[in-house]
Amino acid sequence: MFELPSGAEIQSIIATLNANIGFFIPEIYLSLLFMLLIVIDLVAKGRKNNLLSISTLIGLAGSIFFIYQQHHLPAGEIFFGMYVLDEFALFFKYFFVLAGMLAVVITMADEQFESEVKSMGEYYALIIAMVIGMIMMASSADLMMIFLSMELVSFSAFILTGYFKRNPRSSEAALKYLVYGAVSSGLMVYGFSLIYGLTAQTNLISISSEFSIHGYDPLLMILATLLILAGFGYKIGAVPFHFWAPDVYEGAPTPITAYLSVASKAAGFALLMRFFYIAVPHGGPVYEDILGINWVSLLILLSVASMIYGNVVALWQKNVKRLLAYSSIAHAGYILLGIIVMDAFGTQATLFYLLSYFLMNFGAFYVVILIANKTGSENLEDYRGLGKQMPLAGAALTVFLISLVGLPPTIGFIGKLMIFSALLAKGSIYLWLALIGIMTSVISLYYYMLIPLNMYLRESPGSEEKSMNPGLIANIIMAVMMFLTIYFGLFFQPLSDFAKYSSPMFGLKLN
Amino acid sequence: MQHLIPIGLNHYLTISAFLLAFGLFAVMTRKNAIVVLMGVELILNAANINFLAFSKYNGGIGGVMFSLFVIVIAAAEAAIALAIVINIFKIFKSVDISSVDTMKE
Repeated sequence: MFELPSGAEIQSIIATLNANIGFFIPEIYLSLLFMLLIVIDLVAKGRKNNLLSISTLIGLAGSIFFIYQQHHLPAGEIFFGMYVLDEFALFFKYFFVLAGMLAVVITMADEQFESEVKSMGEYYALIIAMVIGMIMMASSADLMMIFLSMELVSFSAFILTGYFKRNPRSSEAALKYLVYGAVSSGLMVYGFSLIYGLTAQTNLISISSEFSIHGYDPLLMILATLLILAGFGYKIGAVPFHFWAPDVYEGAPTPITAYLSVASKAAGFALLMRFFYIAVPHGGPVYEDILGINWVSLLILLSVASMIYGNVVALWQKNVKRLLAYSSIAHAGYILLGIIVMDAFGTQATLFYLLSYFLMNFGAFYVVILIANKTGSENLEDYRGLGKQMPLAGAALTVFLISLVGLPPTIGFIGKLMIFSALLAKGSIYLWLALIGIMTSVISLYYYMLIPLNMYLRESPGSEEKSMNPGLIANIIMAVMMFLTIYFGLFFQPLSDFAKYSSPMFGLKLN
Repeated sequence: MQHLIPIGLNHYLTISAFLLAFGLFAVMTRKNAIVVLMGVELILNAANINFLAFSKYNGGIGGVMFSLFVIVIAAAEAAIALAIVINIFKIFKSVDISSVDTMKE
């Protein structure tokens, strides 16, 4: 049925692979690091020290060097259109490596690990695997690569979520994450198979040119889009694919929660943008959509539902991690607003918002861990009076929450400002979307401010004024993140320039 | 044998659509975690049939490659899923998804 390649063809395939290896160095380096960490764990078994976490940190920092060197390489497709290297992918490579490093730092601060598990074993190796998977998600240019990288991230995340094996909440979170993840990725693959049937291509750019030459059947296209959105929507945690999020965020180890809510979400958005911007044809008189429904209107629906649902349901939450889970659903809605705009400014705003979300969300989870170390609880009730007992942690958490609301002078304000001005720059058609965004931000003010309210204005039940110092290193990290949140809120130009520099995608011209 | 209709693309697609529907039905209605995972396998195999059928009728090898990778991923997923389900059974003494529900708002 299929012809075997001749010897000369095989030779040329090998030559192309060899030539492309140079574009793939950070990923190779991280894969080696993954294996090295497993070996280190085997050699140093039983020794309770920071060897594993320190080597993970150094290893990840080393990969930044290799990623930096890729700036000199020309943007283009490698490995026969499987993989792509462009500024957009480079942005997310930095993003995921830094997120991985922060996750490791947060893990080192978390005392729950010492009581729950005997050894950290493959924990750090799995974090590296997740970083590799996410980098590949942001760089995939082929349906097959998208599927494989997404599953690499999902599988590592399933295991890490259930890492506290004897803890019922952690195991339950893993089961729920697994069931929802498996179903939505299955639906996504079915959607991919429909796209493959329509175009006979798996490369995103070839799919796009095939669509523009031959057109498509609108009903089949909307079906495929819906199925694929189930997979992407699950990764970004948008309504109505969010059901896993609250339970997983509450049950998983807190560093993993922070990592999933920032990096895994960002990887989902990278994929979403690359797929819908490049592969799916946008508008134009040639394409008749059924009842005017296309992928943009589907994304608008998702975005509005996420903003309203996430912010409203968060009002009743008593557990801080669960509250942050609903807030992350709402933030998925805000980020989707930037994607809907679909121009260069919109992409820039989306990337900037992801950066701001990175800082404030990691910061908030870090403080939540430090507080949980001291009080052993994540309940809102137990935050009473903490502002006096842990002054720096209280101040830092307040800054991060103000940033999450989107008030000046923090980075979250600039992020929201850019998203909304990108929406309004498109004229009045998206005015109502921006209005919903602003109104739901006002709702979010209430539940975010419940936390500082409990910390500062309510007395702790046990009235003794014992001071709880989380330690020097933790204080420094917290202070640095708080400083950056405010600093970039005032001097946002470098970050915004970087986001602008990173917005071009290979094979796409946005105006 | 001439009265038999030759098997065409539509036959494959119909089977795969039914498999997808059965898989979704199993995922939505069953409470047992193992049966839900079996439903997921049905969905993945529905996609596989699609890929192979499209590949057969347009002559490309991309679909065959894709379905091979889906099979591999499905096997890996089953391994991880069973490990998690066994752990759940050790803790909750049940693999019933509705009974594994300790976190409430």
